Amino acid sequence: MALESSQITASAIAAVQYPDLVQKYRVSGVPKTVVNDKIEILGAVPEAAFVSQVLGIQEPVV
Amino acid sequence: MGADPEGSVNLEAALSSLAAPVKLVLFTQTFGCDTCVPTRQVIDRVASFSEKISVEEYNLVLDKDKVKAYGVLRVPAIAVVGQVDVGIRFYGVPEGHELISLVESVLLVASGNSGLSEDSQRLIASVDHPIDVQVFATPT
Repeated sequence: MALESSQITASAIAAVQYPDLVQKYRVSGVPKTVVNDKIEILGAVPEAAFVSQVLGIQEPVV
Repeated sequence: MGADPEGSVNLEAALSSLAAPVKLVLFTQTFGCDTCVPTRQVIDRVASFSEKISVEEYNLVLDKDKVKAYGVLRVPAIAVVGQVDVGIRFYGVPEGHELISLVESVLLVASGNSGLSEDSQRLIASVDHPIDVQVFATPT
């Protein structure tokens, strides 16, 4: 997604190495995606749903 | 990574026909970062798989202008940069699945092709505000 838009940045974080971030974002399972510190997407999600959820068009399934 | 020669062969094969130059910009610090040296070793190994991959290393404390330019918040950090910096970052030593993701991002950046569907591309094209995506993962 970062490739498609200059507005989008993407970071992969090795959870085991950053326990402070794991605690901050309440990561209890991976993968966990956090968007703008607000939207949280748990697990691996198909492309269409993932894009919609990252963009805030669709609510992530809890 | 050294204990998995077969995995290394696969990564080397994947990178052998890299379409365009890619820069791996590594940020480390001298003290208080046990994973910085191992990260440099992994990066050097990945870079050895293709002449088109170059490595730059900057210090979190000493190279403040670069840290700011790349928006790095902690170390070790790797920016995967093609002709332009599209904002792809890896934090921590890339191992297992994370290493595969790093190699995949190198291939992605070199190709300039996201591989996303037309529908996805259309949705993304309408984005008008910054979106920062952080993905937490583990090596296995």
